[in-house]
Amino acid sequence: MPHTMYDKIWSDHVVEDRGDGIALIYIDRHLIHEVTSPQAFEGLRLKGRTLRRPAAIIAVPDHNVPTKDRHMPNPDASSAEQLAELDKNVVAFGVEFIPMSDVRQGIVHVTGPELGMTQPGVTMVCGDSHTSTHGAFGALAFGIGTSEIEHCFATQTLLLKRAKNMRVTVDGKLPIGCSAKDMALAIIGKIGTGGGTGHVIEYAGSAIRDLSMEGRMTLCNMSIEAGARSGMVSPDEKTFNYIRGREWAPKAGQWDVAVSYWKSLASDGDAVFDKEVTLDASDIVPQVTWGNSPEDVVPVTGHVPAPTDYASASKQKAVEKSLYYMGLTAGQSIESIKIDRVFVGSCTNSRIEDLREAAAVVKGKKIADHIIEALIVPGSGLVKLQAEEEGLDEIFLEAGFEWREAGCSMCLGMNPDKAGPGERVASTSNRNFVGRQGAGSRTHLVSPAMAVAAGIAGHFVDVRTLDTGEA
Amino acid sequence: MEKFETLTSVPTPFPQDNVDTDIIIPAPYLKTIKRTGLGIHAFETVRYDDQGQLTGDAVFDREPYVGSSTILIAGDNFGCGSSREHAPWAITDMGYRCIIAPSFADIFASNCVKNGILTISVDQDVVDYLAADGGNGLEITVDLPSQTIRGSNGKIFSFDFNPVHKTMLMNGLDEIGQTLESADAISAFEAKQKLSQPWLYNRDV
Repeated sequence: MPHTMYDKIWSDHVVEDRGDGIALIYIDRHLIHEVTSPQAFEGLRLKGRTLRRPAAIIAVPDHNVPTKDRHMPNPDASSAEQLAELDKNVVAFGVEFIPMSDVRQGIVHVTGPELGMTQPGVTMVCGDSHTSTHGAFGALAFGIGTSEIEHCFATQTLLLKRAKNMRVTVDGKLPIGCSAKDMALAIIGKIGTGGGTGHVIEYAGSAIRDLSMEGRMTLCNMSIEAGARSGMVSPDEKTFNYIRGREWAPKAGQWDVAVSYWKSLASDGDAVFDKEVTLDASDIVPQVTWGNSPEDVVPVTGHVPAPTDYASASKQKAVEKSLYYMGLTAGQSIESIKIDRVFVGSCTNSRIEDLREAAAVVKGKKIADHIIEALIVPGSGLVKLQAEEEGLDEIFLEAGFEWREAGCSMCLGMNPDKAGPGERVASTSNRNFVGRQGAGSRTHLVSPAMAVAAGIAGHFVDVRTLDTGEA
Repeated sequence: MEKFETLTSVPTPFPQDNVDTDIIIPAPYLKTIKRTGLGIHAFETVRYDDQGQLTGDAVFDREPYVGSSTILIAGDNFGCGSSREHAPWAITDMGYRCIIAPSFADIFASNCVKNGILTISVDQDVVDYLAADGGNGLEITVDLPSQTIRGSNGKIFSFDFNPVHKTMLMNGLDEIGQTLESADAISAFEAKQKLSQPWLYNRDV
């Protein structure tokens, strides 16, 4: 019987089949951060339990960390307490820890791949829904809750229900000025935020093969915004080249066996998917969200919709509410929307390629006068270092952007980087929910190129028509 | 974990679609290192005004629901967004033990089971019927053993529920304790995997 990549990885990790589609699944890799782990450690303590396999775990602080003035005490007492709790727990339970002072520190979903921890065929979890990012390597990676973290700590397994298979095929060439982020938003716009619920998405097609590892991570990262707990891409030479030589990579004598196993993971040619969606990459234009759900997305050349554009009464009501919250008028052009802040960062778009894409647009320009703050936040210390070696920091600083230390930053209002009530952000993050970037904040999700272009113009602008000064 | 059998309550109707976990519990409250006390911040943007004052207008804070309703009637794709278990913790802290909606986000639903919250997916028209009962102040009864919901006028609706999760909820089991009984099977899996994929064990001493 033909199998999908998901089927193969699932089968290779079944410890015990419990029937009704539920199995005890072995977990190979576990990333933890300060926000969702404290109660799991507390649970172990209360029951006198220990970690089954500390070597499978890496801890990195990311959500609460400030992105500037790190030599100063954390300005928020509860953030400081949560960070201190992680410091304490990693020592007490013997977990390898990457502290803020370590150059490898960053957003868990940037750090994991950089360590080479993320590999094809592994099962990988983290108490964070954007764990789907790691599927870019052909890993089965998904976000879990704190009870599951505790379960994984104690048993190195999870009791899981098998998901359905969904394939999103994107063929054709992605136009210049568009990136993986636009592809992700276009897919979510097409299938909706519940489109992938109950499914694992495999991204396939020539446009996916053309994406770099960074691009694939951006795409898989946003699978959860389409409702899918995991997204994955079949591993290929790009994947193997990325992993080779990294800290956790297979050693010289193991490499060939590993690669041949990794190559066997691809979905069989005649494998059947429960749901199929296709897109033509050449049709994609830069995307901008207007509402409070990632599915509320239109091309930059489009307009803010009206409630009456939708058939269902509940959607009409939701649109009306979103327009009010976002301070937008039905029918206004996307390019007429003025912005107050720029945020380039988050586990979606903070890798070196994202920063290069943004810098290419920024080079030789200045941000608009009315912009309150424009942040460039690298996803890890290593990304920051690489960008500085390439001189990208200078390009951003000269244009009026701030160059920060690695962390989740303004993706969610848990650290000092926030947007104020009513402030509008051109953001490369993944969620435009009500209050996500600070109480009353207004988020528009875009690609790195589109975010900085909006910062320069002061409003959304089609990056394809903005003179980038490049040949 | 408390055992789940039947539950009778006037359900709280909150039929909005795509209610995300940031609405259920905003990120600033995730800084806690406890599981309790999140209820007062739950659905903050729905219940509080810009000055941070509880308006009392939200359905959660009105009679006959406030302080007594244990069943929440929600919209499609309830709990979408992040994996934060703070969302079910906050809902539990408000007093709810069952949520009925057309569909739930996967991670949220899984987190609910671990916290003894029953999530029931039924068709939109059933949700509408039960929401109307809630709006009219009428009690409904959720019966997990028979997998049925009794609404007004003696209407009975049945629902599907995974048998493994049903056993867990009905017995209030410690899932970790149960899994630890499979320790030998886990060790056997590791021994086998170490032979076929030794690179996954490079860091184990």
